[in-house]
Amino acid sequence: MSTPTTERAETGLLIIGASQAGVQLAVSLRGTGFDEHITLLGEEDHRPYQRPALSKEFLQDKVDKENLIFRSQEYWDEHDIELVKGARIERIEKNAPGGDADGSPDGSGVAIATDGTRYPFRRLALAVGARARRLQIEGAELDGVVYLRSADDALDLKARLGDVQDAVVVGGGFIGLEAACSLHGMGKNVAVMEYGPRLVGRAVGEDTSEYFLQAHRGRGIDIRLGARMKRFVEGTGERAGKVAGVELEDGTVVDAQLVLVGIGVVPNTELAEQMGLAVDNGIVVDRHAVASDGTTVAVGDVANMPNPLPGAPEGERIRLESVNNAIEHAKIAAYSLTGRQEEYAGIPWFWSNQADLKLQIAGLTLGYDSTVVRRDDAKGKFSVLYYREGQVIAADCVNAPLDFMAVRNALGKGQNIPAEAAADPAAPLKSLVVDRHVQEVSA
Amino acid sequence: MPTIHYTDAAGSTIDINANVGDSVMETAVRNGVPGIVAECGGSLSCATCHVFVREDEVDQLPEMSEMEDEMLYGTTEDRRDNSRLSCQIKVTEGMDLHVTTPETQV
Repeated sequence: MSTPTTERAETGLLIIGASQAGVQLAVSLRGTGFDEHITLLGEEDHRPYQRPALSKEFLQDKVDKENLIFRSQEYWDEHDIELVKGARIERIEKNAPGGDADGSPDGSGVAIATDGTRYPFRRLALAVGARARRLQIEGAELDGVVYLRSADDALDLKARLGDVQDAVVVGGGFIGLEAACSLHGMGKNVAVMEYGPRLVGRAVGEDTSEYFLQAHRGRGIDIRLGARMKRFVEGTGERAGKVAGVELEDGTVVDAQLVLVGIGVVPNTELAEQMGLAVDNGIVVDRHAVASDGTTVAVGDVANMPNPLPGAPEGERIRLESVNNAIEHAKIAAYSLTGRQEEYAGIPWFWSNQADLKLQIAGLTLGYDSTVVRRDDAKGKFSVLYYREGQVIAADCVNAPLDFMAVRNALGKGQNIPAEAAADPAAPLKSLVVDRHVQEVSA
Repeated sequence: MPTIHYTDAAGSTIDINANVGDSVMETAVRNGVPGIVAECGGSLSCATCHVFVREDEVDQLPEMSEMEDEMLYGTTEDRRDNSRLSCQIKVTEGMDLHVTTPETQV
């Protein structure tokens, strides 16, 4: 029964997931003086690359694959970081407690790939990310029903577009709307099916949702809120086996030679579960990105961490899906692996580019109790500031980088932008910033 | 081949041979030049690829867009007259550009 196996030389740190977080962890470790060999292993057959453009510039052929590559091969070679592509780890065996004086596990072990290759490591990092959530519906298996998470997904999608005149996007979140705008910009008829009552409901407030709804309808995208789909309809004749449309519960059918599903992601926690790590909507980690075994670090989209915002309620946890978090969280983990306990730095921020709308979000809206809308239609600028008990905690800014930067900087310095003053769209937010304690005294 | 000279805040310089069409930011990041973060990968969203262009070379570059101009007001180290976001500077044939990176980007 046994198959011949290959045993690799032991690595100082095995990073599973050649993702934004995995790449940043390797890069940051070299900046913090970690001098052991690093293996950066990913399951895709590509050099480590950046995902954000897949739904935008890459899909529209405005950049090519080479532009998405994180680092040149020379960089990896010079920094003693070994890349392993196309390898999927299916099992981790941690070594039993051994040499340490107190008998605690030292974090070493071996990772076993699906092809039998064994990767022994002294320390392990999980940067395994998340995968696209699959839609359960009749017809979901038809050809032409696609997802968009990886470069291969994007390449497959691009290869199909020549035969597509009508596309349906399922899900009115960031990925769905970015892709919808890309497809619409390429001349396709695009309909968006959003189950919920508004767009991007998970990430922005109602005012911003409404702004995007009007803008995208205005450009000719058919957006259906509260959409109830019954099934994906199969084509006939030459199109047998291929999707031809989406049937709604009221019986109407929307034509589609392509259905792109963007309904969120599921964290890849299988390896952590197999290792016996605590898992709860992601891999549970402490403030320093360390998982429940005390030695494995987990970073990025897959990690469920204490809310890093200053002043967040004790015990509140969050899993952030963003480039910014992948970077900042990986830095924390790099410090942990070199024996330093550092706090999460900076204010979480997000961006989404949808046709001519450039959305930048600073902070987290969790727990807001009021908002201020700043709108200048002549200049095409729109911002919403979110407040909790009079303190600004976040902002959605559309084509308004000055507002975004002002809020992000104020949050980073623990300052406030009083709501009354912020309501005047002509007043630059930067000029309204006050120290938090001054605000409390004057209130 | 076009060459970009990156000088850090402490004064040490790295010279990189660049590809035409890449941005000055991409050239730096791919080769591991410290001092340029570029969180957003060049989509003009983060202002963490701020550089100071050598004064006599500023006018040789195409003018900046309004969006870049606004983003530059949010950089961590205050902007100067020769500030640019390096993701917006495309490498051109025969380019020989000198930029200095700020002490901090975030």
